[in-house]
Amino acid sequence: MSSPLSFQVPEPAVRPGGAPDFSDVPISRAGEVRRPPVDVAPEDIRDLAFAIIRVLNRDSEAVGPWAGLLNDAQLLEGLRHMMTLRAFDARMQMAQRQGKTSFYMQHMGEEAVSCAFRMALEPGDMNFPTYRQAGLLIAGGYPMLDMMCQIYSNELDPLKGRQLPVLYSARDHGFFSVSGNLATQYIQAVGWAMASAMKRDTKIAAGWIGDGSTAESDFHAALVFASTYKAPVVLNIVNNQWAISTFQGIARGGSGTFAARGLGFGIPALRVDGNDYLAVHAVAQWAVERARRNLGPTVIEYVTYRVGAHSTSDDPSAYRPKTESDAWPLGDPVLRLKNHLIRRGAWSEDRHKQAEAEILSSVIAVQKEAETHGTLHTGPHPSARDMFEGVFEQMPPHLRRQRQQGGV
Amino acid sequence: MPRKTMVEAIRDAMDVSMQRDENVVVFGEDVGYFGGVFRCTQGLQQKFGASRCFDAPISELGIVGAAVGMAAYGLRPCVEIQFADYMYPAYDQIVSEAARLRYRSNGQFTAPMVVRMPTGGGIFGGQTHSQSPEALFTHVSGLTTIVPSNPYDAKGLLIAAIEDNDPVIFLEPKRLYNGPFDGHHDRPVMPWARHPQGEVPDGHYTVPLGKAAIRREGIAVTVLAYGTMVFVAEAAVQETGIDAEIIDLRTLVPYDLDTIVASVKKTGRCVIVHEATMTSGFGAELSALVQENCFYHLEAPVVRVAGWDTPYPHAQEWDYFPGPARVGQALKSVMEA
Repeated sequence: MSSPLSFQVPEPAVRPGGAPDFSDVPISRAGEVRRPPVDVAPEDIRDLAFAIIRVLNRDSEAVGPWAGLLNDAQLLEGLRHMMTLRAFDARMQMAQRQGKTSFYMQHMGEEAVSCAFRMALEPGDMNFPTYRQAGLLIAGGYPMLDMMCQIYSNELDPLKGRQLPVLYSARDHGFFSVSGNLATQYIQAVGWAMASAMKRDTKIAAGWIGDGSTAESDFHAALVFASTYKAPVVLNIVNNQWAISTFQGIARGGSGTFAARGLGFGIPALRVDGNDYLAVHAVAQWAVERARRNLGPTVIEYVTYRVGAHSTSDDPSAYRPKTESDAWPLGDPVLRLKNHLIRRGAWSEDRHKQAEAEILSSVIAVQKEAETHGTLHTGPHPSARDMFEGVFEQMPPHLRRQRQQGGV
Repeated sequence: MPRKTMVEAIRDAMDVSMQRDENVVVFGEDVGYFGGVFRCTQGLQQKFGASRCFDAPISELGIVGAAVGMAAYGLRPCVEIQFADYMYPAYDQIVSEAARLRYRSNGQFTAPMVVRMPTGGGIFGGQTHSQSPEALFTHVSGLTTIVPSNPYDAKGLLIAAIEDNDPVIFLEPKRLYNGPFDGHHDRPVMPWARHPQGEVPDGHYTVPLGKAAIRREGIAVTVLAYGTMVFVAEAAVQETGIDAEIIDLRTLVPYDLDTIVASVKKTGRCVIVHEATMTSGFGAELSALVQENCFYHLEAPVVRVAGWDTPYPHAQEWDYFPGPARVGQALKSVMEA
């Protein structure tokens, strides 16, 4: 007689009330992971899907083969981008709490991922982001006023009040309309990249997805299409450990890492310290060069940690220890880059404090300006008449009749 | 004038469009080298090369999702879902993505793309090769949904669909691919070569989206139909001798309300016919529109003839199919009311 089967539901190591513990997360030493040539055969770098590429060490030095790509000015710019995103997040989070908008999603702890990635792209390249890559906009020079007006759904909202806050769209800044449905944009990035190659263009695409959404079929379709057609696309997986309340093990299953998902498709896959601005930028540049040189897709897993809540609608203390983010072994991306710049002699505590104050006051100034154009709570909003526009290029008769019935 | 089957007319539409606009690309399962399981893309890869017409992995989600990205880039993809019954994995990409992209991005990104799919039964395809899912598209804001009933319209509507700047669902009644079908499955099939609507001009022309066609003028009752049911209705009219006006909707959404209302106000009676299941089918929308717009002209309740609310059966195909006998009964019932 056979023994009864047992059913498995993975659980995170620790839940609320327990002591945070990341001792089971293997962390590579900074500088120890090799940098292969961009035309490497995927089968020769299978180990890189399990290691973590890191540049900044504990002494805030940039070490190893992935270091040395950015100069002081570029690093200072990167620091400013991350600090700006953090200040922006803080103000918008507060604005939501004050009832000025319905919803917000912050980036705390993940600022390096989108800010550093953006600096590896060229004008015309297209990102297909999720809701947590606003660093692509900030580092890409998109006007913060437009971001805030979108969040407030006010009279200057570039999207006319049609989308939830933070689901931006900025074609001219290489930022595809964020859907709000998860994973759908991943295969679209591959399609966009295929089109660029079909037209013998030089632009590349970047897809973005979170650890949880890799379980969606869209993710697998994207990897199949990218692999089959050798699309010039970078397939980014931001593993911030948590999908709302669900730990990453539920989506990852028996696969050692998310990067390893790429291996079965014959796509080179790298894993990188997502809280290390220099490492993120170096790996992004490697993958972008592969795409640009017609070497095909690359999968990148950014190992990071979502310090804040998923959105303004959940409370993380209900599903993970309150102090878990303090125990996260890869530290804080802003602090790490700041310390590196100080170590390089390009920055100081005083200058950092001064920059923080300057950035905050400039963000507040933009916020004040945005609020002169309205908030979700007070208006003015895009008109009800606008609601009927843009469903089709030409408004069909039935919508015209409904607009008349609506009295607008 | 040259005569073509519906398959040849659809192929010709893609051929003409690909010649006129190098941004038109065609792909799907078995679509490239082999030319499609129904042969609608035969020869296109040879003529235009594999970067314009190619095989896709068996992933409807992937086909439509990639097409959304390509369309956002600036191409005009015309993709094939092998059977409408296989569309469901792509539904999220159609509903949440293609249909809403223009709206949610305030026109920064658009999805000028066509999703072609063979629809309907009558070929002993069982439940997975016979469905008519048009109501799942007509319910979605931002989609244009087309069902042609003959080769001339199929070519002109498909060219118009490819040239349209928004996503279009193009449902091809597979029972009409090779000839008009009036529902009498036990009789020999008439080829399109012997039917006047098989006359298809060479080169470029369009049939406007959103415009219905009156297939038969009459004064006794209005029949609203599309696809295969246009011919079934014609047979029923012939067999009952009732002087019905038959309207072929061609485009379901945006619907041609003016043509519908003018006809029903004239006849005072309305029978709606579709092959899809009855409940929440497109006929329910049509029935509501007729009631809202023609109530004081109606001499009888509006009657629907549709597929039963069961999965599409295999052995019982002709018990399921709303053939001329059922349509004829409905015509008589509204005349007697």
